[in-house]
Formats: sequence, C-alpha cells, structure tokens
Amino acid sequence: MSELPGDLLYTSEHEWLRRENDGSVTVGVTDHAQSALGDLVYVELPEVGQDVDSGGDMAVVESVKAASDVYAPIDGSIVAVNEELADDPEKINADPYGDGWIVRIQPNESIDESALMTPDTYQELLDQEDA
Amino acid sequence: MGSKTPLYDKHAEAGARIVDFGGWDMPLHYGSQKEEHHAVRKRAGMFDVSHMTIVDLRGERVRDFLRNLLANDVAKLQVHGKALYTCMLNEQGGVIDDLIVYFLGETWFRMIVNAATRDKDLAWIRKHAKGYDVEADERAELAMIAVQGPEARELAATCIDAQWREQALALKLFTGMEAGDLFVARTGYTGEDGWEIVMPAEKAPAVWDQLLAAGVAPCGLGARDTLRLEAAMNLYGSDMDESVLPLEAGLSWTIAWDPDDRDFIGRGPLEALRADSTKQRFVGLLLEDKGVLRNHQRVVVEGVGEGEITSGGFSPTIGRSIALARVPAGDYESAQVDVRGKLLNARIVKTPFVRNGQIRIDI
Repeated sequence: MSELPGDLLYTSEHEWLRRENDGSVTVGVTDHAQSALGDLVYVELPEVGQDVDSGGDMAVVESVKAASDVYAPIDGSIVAVNEELADDPEKINADPYGDGWIVRIQPNESIDESALMTPDTYQELLDQEDA
Repeated sequence: MGSKTPLYDKHAEAGARIVDFGGWDMPLHYGSQKEEHHAVRKRAGMFDVSHMTIVDLRGERVRDFLRNLLANDVAKLQVHGKALYTCMLNEQGGVIDDLIVYFLGETWFRMIVNAATRDKDLAWIRKHAKGYDVEADERAELAMIAVQGPEARELAATCIDAQWREQALALKLFTGMEAGDLFVARTGYTGEDGWEIVMPAEKAPAVWDQLLAAGVAPCGLGARDTLRLEAAMNLYGSDMDESVLPLEAGLSWTIAWDPDDRDFIGRGPLEALRADSTKQRFVGLLLEDKGVLRNHQRVVVEGVGEGEITSGGFSPTIGRSIALARVPAGDYESAQVDVRGKLLNARIVKTPFVRNGQIRIDI
C-alpha cells in the first residue's frame, strides 16, 4: 500500500503539492503514480519562468513502459525545476515525495484548496481505483 | 478477468503487477522491469510464456503441407528437434503470424504461435490442412517457461531428469528434444542463450519453484519487450501484421526463395515486391537526443519522405532510446523523429542493438 504523507495536498491526476514557507508550491507525482508507471527513464521538465495553467501539461515522465503527462495543479509560474532528474529520473521511483520532486511553482493567487484533495480524499480515490 | 496460466498463482505470490495481454492475465513485472532486464543480460531470468499457443500437426503429408503454408521452407528441417522461425502469410503476402516450427518426426511437426492471434491462426491452419489430411491439435494442456541468460541453461539443468541432462545441455542452437514429459529447446526471444521448456500444466508450478530456488529471476512481459527490442526481434502486431509484407519488416531472411518452384501461400505478391527498389526500409534507430522513442511516432527523413516507428522504447543495456522503424527507400544514415511535436535526431544503426550481453552498435 502506498504511504500518503499527511502534510501534502493531492490531485485526481496523482500529483502532490507541498506549500513552502516562501509561498511557493513544490509539485511531484505520488507513490501510487510512480509505482503504476514503473522504472522511470526520462523526465521532460519545463523552463524556469514558464507560466502554467491549472490542468495544463507541465512536464512529461517516461518510464520503460510509457510516457505520461504531469499536469499543473494550480495557475502560476515555474520558479525551479529538479535538474537532477535529467541524469537520475529514478529518483522519482525511489523517493517520490522527497528527492523525486519535479517543479516548484509560484502561484498567481491564493490557492483554492477546495479544488485539491486532502490525504483522506486522495486515499479514497486510490481505494476506488483498486476496487 | 482474462485467462490464467498454470503459473498465475506464482505470479500473484511474487507480487507481480498483472496486465491483460491478448485476453490473458500476465505479469508485467515483479517490482522493477529494468532489474529483470539486467538479470537476463547478466545471469538468468524466466518468463511464463504458457499463454502462447502450441499446435501439433500430424499426418503423412505434413511436410508438404507446411512447405505450402509457411514462407520459410521446412525442407531445411532434417535433424530431429530442429526448429525454424518463419512467417505464415495470407494470399496477399501479409503476415498472419510469425512462429517457430519444430521437426519431431516425418509425420509430426510442432508449431508455437502467438497468443493474441490464436483463433485466426488455428482457423487458417485447419482450413489449409484439410487438403493434406493433416490434423492440427492445439495442446492447451501444456505450459511453457522460457529461461534466458548466459547462465540460464546451467541453472535450469536441475529441472531436467538426470538421464536427459547431458543431452539437453549439448543441444545446438535452435534445436529441441523431448526429455521425459518435458520438451526442451534452445530457443528464445531475448538475444541471450537459454531454453524454452514445454511441460504438462500441472508440472509448471514445481518447475517454476525449482528455477526460483536455483536463482533464476522471475521476469515479466515488460522486460521481455525491452529484451527483444534490443535484440531487434520483431513483435507481431507492432512490427508487422496482415497489411505488411515480411520484406517491409526486416524479415527477408526468413523467406526461402529456393527452390523457385515451391508454391507457398503469398509467394506471388512477395516476388513482385522483391524486385521493387522503392520498397520501404526496415531499420534500427538510436536516439541521439534525450527522450524516448515510442511506437507510431513519425519518422522524418529530410528530402526523402516519412516513415513510422513500429517498436520504440528505452534500452536498459545501452541507457538510451532505440527503435525499429519502417522508413522510405533511399541511401541515408540519419533521421528525425517527431516526439510530441519536437523533431529529435536519430541515427540509423545496424541491428541487433544488443546480443549475448554485448552492445553491438557504436554509441
């Protein structure tokens, strides 16, 4: 069973968000997502400074099996990308909520948490998918 | 819920991720597809291939029948147990399936065909067998395990009864033998040495456990696909199907043109294309840029035309992306591939990419 950190928010597309002290938001894919994808072999990252729209493509993670889009969970602009993924995409498999983070976004406006999922609601989604 | 092989419970026990494959519930991987891939290249791995269809063909005229049915020529099979890789074509020369046929006696040949094409294969075989009084008997009660890798035969030898073991280890490439109620053949789909072992279904779980105890790694369909891609072995349904002639899928070597009076199904259209210098090439691609090549991506050859990737993926052995592609005729050494709207640079390379643990292309 995937572990779900309690201090994160989640999306139905299997991304997680962490609100940082400086107001930015770190985004990655969940343990469930990395496990479903299998061994990652390539990550296509956005440019720093690029604007992203909630629900729009932002990055691509490719595993031995398939390519999968990573969607922006909020409106904002990219302030950092995890450059280490270029040489070591398997960091996402090994540590999806830590070293496997993908981007940091500076939100355009205050985050509408009602559009995101708490750990409990995301867990319910996973339970449904397993059923 | 799909069909289950006799080894399904073994896969579930081992924590396999199960996927549907041609109507069968099969293991995709048991944790890490890449590690399974490397296990086969460096040591030994095993695959449950019991979903594949085994058909025994018996009759006085079975050899004549197969010389008509198959594009390769079973006249080459003169030594007991000898195997031949071949396509079975339709009247238009399109590939109905690719298969291995074994010579087990003047009145008995065995074919192993793909799982996803089972129904149409059996219908086609039986339709044509009638005229030769040949019986096609599907052996659904048999299971099959492929043990592959440089140490595969040595580790798997413990599964063979002592009285047959030495003879099994002495099998030449592409040859099989009966060993009690097992059938062992030195064949595979990975580019490594190894065996494919056919056995009664009820025996399969015990053989699987024995191989596991010997240190053979369970491997799923994911690793099977990356291994066969590195070995540049075609996959039916991806690299060729009924709309593709073998000459457009890198399979010219499997066509037996001689003797030129052998009338096999599909020969006419093949002869016509054989002489056509504008026919498409089937090539290996190595991606020079970062990214991953995937099936159906568009290949662009500037000033020449466009083609398509038929099998693409990441090569764990090379650490880069590779592909098989059908591309326009012409003399050129590089191409570009449309990956999500960006044109990435690829080099045309001579396949196989990897064989017997060694990278065979310049990287």
